[in-house]
Amino acid sequence: MPIRTVFKAQIDHLQILDENGVLDEKLAKDTLTDEQVVFLYEQMNICRHLDEVAFKLQRSGRMGTYPQNKGQEAAALGSGFAARKGKDWLVPCYRENAALFLHGLPMEKILLHWMGDERGNQIPEGVNVTPISIPIGTQMLHATGMAWAFKLRKEDRAVITYFGDGATSEGDFHEAMNFATTLNVPVVFFCQNNQWAISVPREIQMNSETVAQKAIAYGAHAIQVDGNDLFAVYKASKDALSRARSGGGVTLIEAVTYRLGDHTTADDARRYRDEAEVASWRAKDPIIRTRKYLEGKGLWNDTRQQEIEDRAKVIVAEVVRNAEGIESPSIDDIFDYTFETIDPELETQKRTLRTSSLGQKPEQAGLEAERR
Amino acid sequence: MTTTLTDPTTSYLLPEGTREIPFREALREAMTLEMRKDPRIFLMGEEVAQYQGAYKVSQGMLDEFGPKRIIDSPISENGFAGLAVGAAMYGLRPIIEFMSWSFSLVAADQILNNVPKMLYMSGGQWGCPVVFRGNNGAGGQLGSTHSWTVEALYSNVPGLKIAISSCPADAKGLLTSAIRDEDPVFHLESERMLGDKGPVPEGDYAVPFGVAALRRGSWSGERNSDCTLVSFGRPVNFCLDAAEELAKDGIECDVLDMRTVRPLDIGSIVESVRRTNRIVVVDQCWPFASVASEVIAQVCERAFDHLDHQPLRVNTDDVPTPYAKNLEAEYLPHKGKIIAAVRKSLGML
Ligand SMILES: Cc1ncc(C[n+]2csc(CCOP(=O)(O)OP(=O)(O)O)c2C)c(N)n1
Ligand SMILES: [Mg+2]
Repeated sequence: MPIRTVFKAQIDHLQILDENGVLDEKLAKDTLTDEQVVFLYEQMNICRHLDEVAFKLQRSGRMGTYPQNKGQEAAALGSGFAARKGKDWLVPCYRENAALFLHGLPMEKILLHWMGDERGNQIPEGVNVTPISIPIGTQMLHATGMAWAFKLRKEDRAVITYFGDGATSEGDFHEAMNFATTLNVPVVFFCQNNQWAISVPREIQMNSETVAQKAIAYGAHAIQVDGNDLFAVYKASKDALSRARSGGGVTLIEAVTYRLGDHTTADDARRYRDEAEVASWRAKDPIIRTRKYLEGKGLWNDTRQQEIEDRAKVIVAEVVRNAEGIESPSIDDIFDYTFETIDPELETQKRTLRTSSLGQKPEQAGLEAERR
Repeated sequence: MTTTLTDPTTSYLLPEGTREIPFREALREAMTLEMRKDPRIFLMGEEVAQYQGAYKVSQGMLDEFGPKRIIDSPISENGFAGLAVGAAMYGLRPIIEFMSWSFSLVAADQILNNVPKMLYMSGGQWGCPVVFRGNNGAGGQLGSTHSWTVEALYSNVPGLKIAISSCPADAKGLLTSAIRDEDPVFHLESERMLGDKGPVPEGDYAVPFGVAALRRGSWSGERNSDCTLVSFGRPVNFCLDAAEELAKDGIECDVLDMRTVRPLDIGSIVESVRRTNRIVVVDQCWPFASVASEVIAQVCERAFDHLDHQPLRVNTDDVPTPYAKNLEAEYLPHKGKIIAAVRKSLGML
């Protein structure tokens, strides 16, 4: 019996808009219109500004730990824009703000969340976004289950779930991929490979050359895209989502991008990253690239840039005002939101705790409890 | 019944060369000193090497011991917990750092279903001397999924030892004992206390498991206290604050720091209750089936006739840990709640 090859694989890398803002017209066909690119570029600027403001809020003690999105806006926007608002669903982790905003999540929700308030995760009706997920990797299984529900209920939807390179080391990723492909449900796995999981570089996290190739083992479609290229991200996501919806299979998209900021405001990446590496990625910043493209087409100039920066300031200032203007949550919330219907024991605790609030005389707690 | 009594007048007399260092240094010292002596020990976890520890506990250890013994892991909690089991079965002594015990839940099958049962299920042949350690408890606005206090959940499982310190000296002493132990040990630390300083003995220092420390009050019996406060980990410090405050009104408390939840030094608790006839247990876990529930059940079994008031518990509320600052503060045990409970046990409310 001769040895024969029973399986071969390859991973393609898609880039449409290069670092100098030059577009591959052929590949760009049927992707984004000029109008759409302008809109997305404006979103990029607004989100970048929000990110900077959030950072400053944390530094001045007005917000808790915050993970900056800086540098990854094209990945979030390209993929988010490919999903149909109000129809498809987004199951995020925590570094794709721009995609969530596109789908209607009010910006103050994100600030409120990182200010340490559960109500930041109360998603308005009609916004197809699930809460931010902090335990790494868990949300990919939720997305798979959600997609399975679409399939059972015969709904014309797909779900796109977001996670980092680091998350692909969790068992949850592998189990989700296996379920998604064996059940053939309409889910797209979108990995923002930003090269780092806190201080651990990709090469130490995994021995595989790409994240995308992990899909091969599960019989999913796989593609690597330039994650700072709006066009490539959009195209790959759109193709993957329509394939998913039509029963054509699951896709893992690896968006190669870079976390230009620290892991979170609790981190200082200078301690473990080479300045040269960061500088090389700064040059690939999606904002710079998209702007070059638009300027080349005569769709953008300094005046318009000034306008959008001014507008971003106004928008974000209002978002901050709104988020900070919300009163502290009531103690009742912790009891009211533990079960759908509060049980009698919790009802008792609710009353007791209210009277033993910090700042009140502790005696009141006992007295109140006894009297009942 | 044998009881091991520790008296503050002796247990606080730390040896010569004691200096003030924070928790994180005390923990590092325990690991470093043991690793110098025992080449079988290695430390693995997320961010422990290059980053010098997510909370700087392992700072400098990569330099001293190199990448074969201080190992950065991918984000694979179930992976490295299971790997530790195999390594321990083959003679190594793994120390596994969970960035937070909250993430140990990802590894539940390994740490609860394999680690504590390996010895029993192999008829006493394959031991599993792994130390799992990391931050436990609400770290200050980390949200519900990041704020686990695992002692209640995990102490239900036979075959595990669980140590939880309230001061840096114990952090060093208990972790040293944990590393030397032939059985698996869960060592619970508090992010909120890592920077807190306290006197810690230099050199070899081990605190035995199953011996509570009487932090306030006296075994000598000159004057019996009015109430026994029992706690473990961070809230021991709230008990000491509450006792100080109550003393101003002439109410004296014994404060017992359990140091290990498993084994539990019930003997010392019972001995104190015999003198005070009242007990309040302060526990940062949820109330239902908590360590406080267990302590109280055992006190009722062993010292029911000595009680002048029903035993009381101060736990968190029976809800997920809140993220919002004001709600989290309300939810946790604190001095005010402890004072109220002690007064209630004395019939003063
Ligand atoms: C189960 C679990 N383990 C560990 C952590 C701590 N943690 C938070 S973010 C992070 C790194 C994630 O890296 P990656 O998936 O690449 O996403 P990125 O932050 O780079 O966007 C880690 C280890 C966690 N939140 N959950
Ligand atoms: Mg990453």
